[in-house]
Amino acid sequence: MQQKTKKETITIEEAGHPKEVEVEVPDVGDAGWGKMENLRYINHSRVRVDAVEKVTGRAKYAYDLNLPGMLYGRILRSVHPRARIKRIDASRAVALAGVKAVVLPSDAPNVFAQECRYAGQEVAAVAASTPEIAEDALRLIVVEYEILPFVVDVDQALKPESTQVHADRKNVSQAQIREQGDVAAGFAAADATFEATYRCQVHTHSALETHGSVAKWDGDQLTAWASTQSVFGFRDGLAKYFGLPETKVRVITEHMGGGFGAKLGDARPEGVICALLARKAGVPVKLLLNRKEEHLTTGNRPSAVQQVKVGIKNDGSLVAYQRYNYGTPGIAGSAGIPAAPYLYNIPNWRVEQVDVFTHAGPAAALRAPGHPQAAFSMESVIDEIAEKINMDPLDIRQKNDPDETRRKMVEMGAEKIGWKTRRKPKPDTGPDRVKRGIGMGSCTWGGGGGRTRTACTIHTDGSVEVRCGTQDIGTGTRTVIHMIAGEEFGLVPEAVNVRIGDTRLPWSGGSGGSTTCASVSPAVKFTTMMAKLKLFEAIAPKFGVAATALEAKDGKVYVKDDPSKSMTWRQTTAQLQDGPIEFQGSWVPGYSGSGVPGVQFAEVEVDTWTGLVKVLKVLAVHTSGLVMNPLTWESQINGGVLMGIGYGLYEDRIMDPATGYMVNANLEDYRLVGAMEVPEIEVLRYDQPERGVIGIGEPPIIPTAGAIANAVYNACGARVRDLPITPDKVLAALGHVREG
Amino acid sequence: MPDLHDKPEPEISPAPETQQTGISRRGFLKGVGAGAVTATVVPAVWLSHAENAAAQTSPMGVTDASIQLKVNGKIHTVQVEARTTLASALRDRLDVTSPKLVCDRGECGACTVLIDGKTVYSCIMLALDAVGRDITTVESLASGETLHPIQEAFIEKDALMCGFCTPGFVMAVKALLDANPNPTLEEVKRGVSGNICRCGTYPRVFEAALEAARKMKKGG
Repeated sequence: MQQKTKKETITIEEAGHPKEVEVEVPDVGDAGWGKMENLRYINHSRVRVDAVEKVTGRAKYAYDLNLPGMLYGRILRSVHPRARIKRIDASRAVALAGVKAVVLPSDAPNVFAQECRYAGQEVAAVAASTPEIAEDALRLIVVEYEILPFVVDVDQALKPESTQVHADRKNVSQAQIREQGDVAAGFAAADATFEATYRCQVHTHSALETHGSVAKWDGDQLTAWASTQSVFGFRDGLAKYFGLPETKVRVITEHMGGGFGAKLGDARPEGVICALLARKAGVPVKLLLNRKEEHLTTGNRPSAVQQVKVGIKNDGSLVAYQRYNYGTPGIAGSAGIPAAPYLYNIPNWRVEQVDVFTHAGPAAALRAPGHPQAAFSMESVIDEIAEKINMDPLDIRQKNDPDETRRKMVEMGAEKIGWKTRRKPKPDTGPDRVKRGIGMGSCTWGGGGGRTRTACTIHTDGSVEVRCGTQDIGTGTRTVIHMIAGEEFGLVPEAVNVRIGDTRLPWSGGSGGSTTCASVSPAVKFTTMMAKLKLFEAIAPKFGVAATALEAKDGKVYVKDDPSKSMTWRQTTAQLQDGPIEFQGSWVPGYSGSGVPGVQFAEVEVDTWTGLVKVLKVLAVHTSGLVMNPLTWESQINGGVLMGIGYGLYEDRIMDPATGYMVNANLEDYRLVGAMEVPEIEVLRYDQPERGVIGIGEPPIIPTAGAIANAVYNACGARVRDLPITPDKVLAALGHVREG
Repeated sequence: MPDLHDKPEPEISPAPETQQTGISRRGFLKGVGAGAVTATVVPAVWLSHAENAAAQTSPMGVTDASIQLKVNGKIHTVQVEARTTLASALRDRLDVTSPKLVCDRGECGACTVLIDGKTVYSCIMLALDAVGRDITTVESLASGETLHPIQEAFIEKDALMCGFCTPGFVMAVKALLDANPNPTLEEVKRGVSGNICRCGTYPRVFEAALEAARKMKKGG
């Protein structure tokens, strides 16, 4: 169905100044988000509706659910990176008092490995009456392994003589090649070229709530309370595995403790194993992974080694770019990064990339998959070649950036951080111990909406319910739904009942890729608007006007042109003779957009004696079109920046090449940003309400590492091309500077 | 007894953080260690409990003992093993689920509770060591529907996203403000440096702690 549209002039804030713009908005009654100045809740900061539950400890996560008679599940995992299972003897575990169920590869050949391909792969599982007994039971299972050769190092795995990870495939995937223009001619025409290799580590999601669920069978009806970014994906996985109709499986996620991409998709092995144990034991089972398992098995951002060459004219025009990159997604997934020069317009380019399999846990989408890697190499190389032609790297970016919005954002940010006045034109290689520097990095992300259905009921007592099978993974989706419904009905947002996180509610897709807000918001807007119109149609005769003449605001329904003719909301709904108003709608175009640029500036301090980098400030300039809730929007940007700092400076999955085991599968040696590492973060919002709702989860993690790397160089002349930028690498780079 | 929990001794916990951030985390761990040590030298306290309850023993020690824990002012009888952590006793036995088990080795602070007013990682304290002591969790902070000023400040400043680390942070801020009602930003950072938030709410947590201090001064 073609959406009717109309032109409307609205006032937007652009670079701090109001500006009139003509936009096309959907024309469905009085649809469209409307004039910004008329919005009472949307685009205004509002505290989370579920914050009280979260600060009082009342919020129950899957991990917190304690059902009567519930058992504790645990998974036995391979300690070998590659091994064939010759024999499993679980008799002593089965005999242990308190053990109620044991599942082995013979019970579930599709879940457990016959040949383990990474240290941490599922081998068997138990359920027992206490967590301690479950742990003991794992130790009583005897597994006889045939230990096989393995490879966990990406550069080893690249070699033709390397051990093969998969029997049916080579370790190195078929190259993905893309090109445009004539690269050789481009480089020939360049006044200067620069070539370097940039390396990015494997990065784990490390959500605080681990993967897992509580499973309960009632006959052939399965209910799972899961820590997932997709209740429907989780449900479909369970239904498929157990051969159940989707109507027989229900998945609930009331609150969840973070996912960052690793909890998208289906129920995964641990979700299936939990339900298997519950079925075998005949009572509910809770199975949440421990921290080590979370690091080993639930996914990661693959590594990336990028050999980059770039050519430039003396006037700053980039004319040629070539990149060969490889990385390891472990045993499965893709290590691919955006297959074109990131962000900038370069007429001649060639990109070739391959995945390299290793005996390590499989990759999974992690906040802006592929982008931080691409941004780190591109933003570093721009700064490096800028020095070669003696030009300000910001000017090179502006000259080659085709995105007008990002160019404006760069201007805004540069002004704010004092790029021209405070940044050193050249790194300080003098004798001072502690040095400061400023660097920048940019990003792009798609996002966009779709794939969501919602339902709304207006009850005769005036209570309103909005139902949507999305889930709030900590981003504030639940609160945004309240705000939109409150705006539409003229009610206080918290007065609306919102139900989410349940497969018995209208279908919605997974929460990932910065698409949730842009998917859910239009669906809720359209559904509540239509429910309201149905209410107005039912009630209009009482006012003696047409339905379109009515308005709902401030807890009242009244005639737009004569506000003295009014009824309270409750009086209005009490007039409904045929029961409550119901409307089920879905995402519609016209309320959301996609594609957002962004830029960040980092100011760092480098201790040239210890090599320690401290981020002092990050200025983050971002846009999401129409920002629904500025308070939670800014929180997400803080979070993206901080995860970006972790990626840039601390986080690194370290595999021991001798044992094939991850040596830092905890939260001390796998270092996340802690309170002492938090810099000042300043967020600049670039409003584009005319573009509709666009997500913000991914963009802010993308530019940070590159901006930090450039700031470190600007501070002291240490160019570190290998993430994370740890003190040893800074010192090594400084040594090089001294030698030169 | 075999080391079934795969946990390092708190005192020898590696402290890469120390290089960068001063002594905060080690200091926190020392606090925990001191508590644990005190309790281990008085095993009679819990043994007498265990004996009274006709505890089951095995070569692994007490495998099934009935002990009493004072949680949020109320005495509860709990069935535990010698190796049962306080976190597990609270979460799995008493359905007090605000302390979250996230790292299970005293690294992240999500299981933070107060023992006699001091922050403790409940994942590295044995339930038996908590006998006879005052255990406070975030569940007890509000009185009825009236929130504690720290909770109010966390809500107003949006000092939470997924909320999984929030109970631990609230308790860490509680201990900080009880000891130092007027902290500087730097002191707040140190006060919560034993807690990790993956969503990255730290800046808002700092604001909330400072705001809570203001509120509590006004209120008191």
